[in-house]
Amino acid sequence: MAKLNLLLLAVLVACALGLVTSQHKARKLFSDLEREHNRARELDIEHGQLQLEASTWGLPGRVERMASSALGMKAPDARRVRLVGPAP
Amino acid sequence: MSAAQQALVRLPAWRARFVLGLLLAGFGALIARAVYLQAVKTDFLQEKGDARYSRVIEVPATRGRVVDRHGDALAVSTPVKSIWAIPGDVDLTAAQAKKLAELLALEGAELRRRLDPARDFVFLKRQVAPETADAIAALGLKGVYQQREFRRYYPAGEVTAHLIGFTGIDEVGQEGVELAFQGHLGGKPGSRRVIKDRLGRIVEDVESIRSAQDGRDLALSIDAKLQSLAFGALKAAVEQHRARAGALIALDVRSGEILALANVPSFNPNNRTRLSGAQLRNRVITDLFEPGSTLKPFTVALALESGKVEPSTTVATAPGRLTIANFTIRDVHPAAAMTVSQVLQKSSNVGSAKLALAMPGEAMWDLYVRLGFGEAPQLGFPGAAAGRVRHHRQWRPIEQATMAYGHGISVSLVQLARAYTVFARDGELVPLTLVRSPGEAAGEKVLSAATARAVRDMLELAVQPGGTGPRARIVGWRVAGKTGTAHKLVDGAYAPDRYLASFVGFAPASAPRLVLAVMIDEPAAGQHYGGAVAAPVFAQVMQGALRLLGVPHDAPLMPLAIPGESDEAKEST
Repeated sequence: MAKLNLLLLAVLVACALGLVTSQHKARKLFSDLEREHNRARELDIEHGQLQLEASTWGLPGRVERMASSALGMKAPDARRVRLVGPAP
Repeated sequence: MSAAQQALVRLPAWRARFVLGLLLAGFGALIARAVYLQAVKTDFLQEKGDARYSRVIEVPATRGRVVDRHGDALAVSTPVKSIWAIPGDVDLTAAQAKKLAELLALEGAELRRRLDPARDFVFLKRQVAPETADAIAALGLKGVYQQREFRRYYPAGEVTAHLIGFTGIDEVGQEGVELAFQGHLGGKPGSRRVIKDRLGRIVEDVESIRSAQDGRDLALSIDAKLQSLAFGALKAAVEQHRARAGALIALDVRSGEILALANVPSFNPNNRTRLSGAQLRNRVITDLFEPGSTLKPFTVALALESGKVEPSTTVATAPGRLTIANFTIRDVHPAAAMTVSQVLQKSSNVGSAKLALAMPGEAMWDLYVRLGFGEAPQLGFPGAAAGRVRHHRQWRPIEQATMAYGHGISVSLVQLARAYTVFARDGELVPLTLVRSPGEAAGEKVLSAATARAVRDMLELAVQPGGTGPRARIVGWRVAGKTGTAHKLVDGAYAPDRYLASFVGFAPASAPRLVLAVMIDEPAAGQHYGGAVAAPVFAQVMQGALRLLGVPHDAPLMPLAIPGESDEAKEST
């Protein structure tokens, strides 16, 4: 009887320690999760900012201005356009 | 000794009872206190306990982005800082106050006024750039705090201003797409209860009170390149003709998608100070006008549909005047007789009136209603105008005659452009959408395919030399369309010198892909005909659009002769 009691006591202590560790781990993992959530949010915001930047740099009006002023490009005259149809 | 012993043993009985009574009373007090704390005050105490470590935190939700059909951003929310203060805690040196006022771009006096110690809380400035906020934080001022907020940015600025609209400071849509799709874009902030440790780190999630829902992104049917091209062309035309305003809409014939929607004058949605009502108006959708000649093709279509006439049937139009109940309808180019085709080509008022009067009013009314006039388009757009089509029982003959050439009826530009899809789609009216939805849309049959094709051929004639709109032609593609030059209604009468020049058309005429409608309000630089003012805008935008969409050519790439005065027919509506 006494042996069984001792065994049960040992099991109880082990369980209690297990509970403590798992709770500690859970809290740690939770704070990691929290950090990753925040990071995801920050990255999403950065994505938005980059999208905004890409849109601003790539405004059709700006591209056209750059093409004509910096690169000296212009839309071809109708006489200089040749249409290539699909091979028969 | 024994007496003393006896005295010790024989205590008075009341003392024992007294002590017992005291003990009982003590227990009683403890029990009463316990009951009081556990039963009566438990909520309060629980709350106080929770307040030590448990926190309810707000879970922010971001507003969805608006992108164009190719995924280019048109509206994005990005965090900014708001600077607020508790004036009672603020104690600034003169140098600090000067520096702070400088960073906030406020006058020194204004800053002092805001920091009135009588107030508990004050926003010093909302939505400042992150760099400014960092500089202010670096000053380390007591009683000055920052709060993160989101601000909406519109990279395309004035080009998409009316279309996208804008949000208020609290990120709720107030105009345009931002308002129309508020439910889709808007996020719902959530909240949750957490346990924080001594250092303020969250250690445990107790419960989610409300989960945050981020707003969803929205892909519009708009093509940013085409939109930019359309806005640029429209703006240039409005300036060139010193017009009050201009509006333009481009539709995809197959899918019913709105590819471009531009308004002039415009505004910068990123900096909305000093806005006037004229700048804010989305004329394409909310403004009604009498369409004038652009409505004639429908009269002709109905006449063809009735089977009474054919494109080559002649209509007597001599002497270029028609008087009904002391109102005279006139033609700019009087002719003794015209074919039905020529009525459209030369934009004859008398011809269209005669065609209309040969038909029952009910048939015309029925056609207008089936074309969607008099009913607000189902775009979910704020302030979409329904237009006005009076019931045919109230029509007088003169009204039936003037309606044939677009007077006495009011429509919005978006309704007019949509109505033209019946010619572009072999008689089917297509439902419009602002959301990207490629693929064939199911149309609603309004006219027979044969009639639609016949009118299409006539509309192609109308832009050839000799028609009213030769300036709408473009190199490489066949176009078809109709000009309109309507007198504006001012205080219930037609103003003799104020016009609305318009052009509605589609291309390529062999297999239409795009419908484009252009309207210029009160051109004041000499020219006022739709063919001279609106048609060139149509040509410029249509050519760019067809090239952007990669539509195959259906006409030889020959330079077009600039139409001379004699090649161009004038019109009076």
